[in-house]
Amino acid sequence: MATFKEFRNNIKPNWCPGCGDFSVQAAIQRAAANVGLEPEELAVVSGIGCSGRISGYIKSYGFHGIHGRCLPIAQGVKMANRELTVIASGGDGDGFAIGMGHTIHSIRRNIDLTYIVMDNQIYGLTKGQTSPRSAAGFKTKSTPQGSIEQAISPMELALSAGATFAAQSFSTDLKDLTAIIEAGIQHKGFSFINVFSPCVTYNKVNTYDWFKQNLTKLNTIEGYDHTNREMAMQTIMEHDGLVTGIIYQNNERQSYQEMIPGYAQEALNKTDLKLSQESFDRLAAEFM
Amino acid sequence: MINQLSWKVGGQQGEGIESTGEIFSIALNRLGYYLYGYRHFSSRIKGGHTNNKIRVSTTQTRSISDDLDILVAFDQETIDVNYKELHDGGIIIADAKFKPVCPEDTTAKLYAVPFTEMAAELGTSLMKNMVAVGATCSVLELDVNVFSEVVEEIFGRKGEQIVQKNMDAIKAGYEYMTDKLGERVGAMKLENADGQKRLFMIGNDAIALGAIAGGCRFMAAYPITPASEIMEYLIKKLPAVGGTVIQTEDEIAAATMAIGANYGGVRALTASAGPGLSLKMEAIGLSGITETPLVIVDTQRGGPSTGLPTKQEQSDLMAMIYGTHGEIPKIVMAPSTVEEAFYDTAEAFNLAEEYQCPVIVLSDLQLSLGKQTVQPLDNSKIEIRRGKLVTDELPEAGNGDYFKRYEVTEDGISPRVLPGTKNGIFHVTGVEHDETGKPSESAGNRIIQMDKRMRKINGITFKTPVYKNTPHAEPDLLIVGFISTRGVIEEALGRLEADGIKVNHAHIRLIHPFPTEEILPLVESAKKVVVIENNATGQLANILKMNAGHVNKIKSILKYDGNPFLPHEIHSQCKELFQIGNI
Repeated sequence: MATFKEFRNNIKPNWCPGCGDFSVQAAIQRAAANVGLEPEELAVVSGIGCSGRISGYIKSYGFHGIHGRCLPIAQGVKMANRELTVIASGGDGDGFAIGMGHTIHSIRRNIDLTYIVMDNQIYGLTKGQTSPRSAAGFKTKSTPQGSIEQAISPMELALSAGATFAAQSFSTDLKDLTAIIEAGIQHKGFSFINVFSPCVTYNKVNTYDWFKQNLTKLNTIEGYDHTNREMAMQTIMEHDGLVTGIIYQNNERQSYQEMIPGYAQEALNKTDLKLSQESFDRLAAEFM
Repeated sequence: MINQLSWKVGGQQGEGIESTGEIFSIALNRLGYYLYGYRHFSSRIKGGHTNNKIRVSTTQTRSISDDLDILVAFDQETIDVNYKELHDGGIIIADAKFKPVCPEDTTAKLYAVPFTEMAAELGTSLMKNMVAVGATCSVLELDVNVFSEVVEEIFGRKGEQIVQKNMDAIKAGYEYMTDKLGERVGAMKLENADGQKRLFMIGNDAIALGAIAGGCRFMAAYPITPASEIMEYLIKKLPAVGGTVIQTEDEIAAATMAIGANYGGVRALTASAGPGLSLKMEAIGLSGITETPLVIVDTQRGGPSTGLPTKQEQSDLMAMIYGTHGEIPKIVMAPSTVEEAFYDTAEAFNLAEEYQCPVIVLSDLQLSLGKQTVQPLDNSKIEIRRGKLVTDELPEAGNGDYFKRYEVTEDGISPRVLPGTKNGIFHVTGVEHDETGKPSESAGNRIIQMDKRMRKINGITFKTPVYKNTPHAEPDLLIVGFISTRGVIEEALGRLEADGIKVNHAHIRLIHPFPTEEILPLVESAKKVVVIENNATGQLANILKMNAGHVNKIKSILKYDGNPFLPHEIHSQCKELFQIGNI
């Protein structure tokens, strides 16, 4: 059985030293090994930006797509081969700005894959502009007077879009992050995981220390029940979104693929491409 | 006795105009007549004038006729808008309910038939279209029973009584009209057809059927006119072969999801029209640089922007050839008939996998929505070819090495493995990359990979890149067109020949890479060349000039008012080229 080392390749990430994304990379590798995957059974699809490079840094099938579109690509991959484990990954600009439509619709569609957002609340690769996750008042190159827009709350959004799995984690907490990604992979449906992954170069506000001071672990909240959607929503609002752990999970609802009438039980890419003469004749007869 | 006629039914959208035309056409198609229908409709659900012009003939026809024999009107607007198309001796059959008025400047004769009233007497005014069908039937001297099978199929599930009432409505219309016609009975008696059962479908049906026959098992699409029928058909039919359709949140998701599915090893399709294609452009580039197969159908309509959503145009051509920023290998096909739409769409999936690049099947509204009689389609002619797809077991790669998905080869095409394959791990990226898919900005690698991709389509094999009807070694005129103008050009060609002008006809079916070798001799041998297209700037003419030269010899006949060409327009404008001698 593969260990996390088999999910490593010989490519050196181009992330800045200290970047939160290193831990996300390590956590995906560990989670994949822990759930018993072989490298060829995993496909990582990523967006554009610093975080988007992650598909090239994990030894698995990897698809580095276009900005904001990792989710539709990942859903297409999963539709083609339901036997593959598919992880989609990108930054907060990718998932909450240019790709926001896909984020909401992927959540409500509920195809069985895991979406990990590396949320650093800034645009890093373009060298420091505001992101939809930047707090009001946050000063960047594109908001020199401070952002006058409201930040998106990913977990509120996920719950209102009908998420069946919504979780948050913090990139220094490798053990917790790994466990959450494992749970996400094992969840039968769309798993949405937002990871606070600090940008050490351009975000001097939401730093490692800032998160350590402000984050609350859900498992320290007495009586927290992650199957209770109402409690989940209330808790997020009470803590201004700054909580980590599995916020909500619904195991009742079937995944999209389980609900498609007629959809192949084996990988769709294994079905016969030739249409039988009998089937063709039946189809043609309807036009006569 | 006549061997062809043109019939038009019109009224307000949402009034059952479409079903009137549908019942009439299906029944006649089953008798062995060749039908060709074109719908005039607006971008709204209810209200607004709509009409369905249907040509009936004992030989195959792929064009709207210049004039009209019978106009069936459910409102005065239908008469006012369309009566000028009626030729001498034409007739108008109108619902007496709206007190129809026959315009003074026509020789056509108006018959007011109480469609609504008679239908209401028989049960419901909804059956007024059946009364109209019956009235038409009387003019053509057809047996009303030719409609019984169709009526049974449409209304059978609602019970025997409903079927009977609808047949009664047809009979009532027939009898009333026969009485009214008096001695004119028989003036438009249709010659008997051959009784052969043929397919009756729109181009979009053939595209969708071609996709299934060509191995397509997944589609991602967003609703848009005039492409939605492709999605709607596949939603119904793909489950039977294990596949499915996802209606995505937008056009970009549709294209990128189809790319993901193709990467995953399924033959996947997306289809749209101009506005959707504009949104898909970045994804088309991704397919190009990542060498991921992708089949896209573009059913052109009036542009730009929202343009004329329900009207005919052929103005996406340049965008489809050159669209996406940067440069990629791409194949653009342009079927010219419904039959070709079936075979070409199936073939598009082979080409996409063989050349590992985006393939665009370029249709237009007239081909996609024009409902017509189609020659038998032969499923046994459909091949499945998957190019350099590796299905054998792979040897273990060296420590940390990736499979060379972008291996530099002589023909530029690299072996392709599917995710899930042991020892086949590779990386895919829209960033310039090396042979293993690792991002690379090196100048040397850039040139190697760019050249590798671009040379892939140099050797493309395409069975009939140009449809040719070239009886003359040295014609006076070569007419060039693409997609749905095929039928109207054929019709005009007959008239030009009758005028003594020697005409060759070439219809370009492979738009890109352009079949210069096929077309150049035809251009060279003709005294004059005219390119006929539905756009304002002569896009196909420009492509032809760019590839085949003869810039001064090539002229254009253009129409971009939203309506398809009529035979007389091409006939007279081609003749003008000679009378004025302006070439």
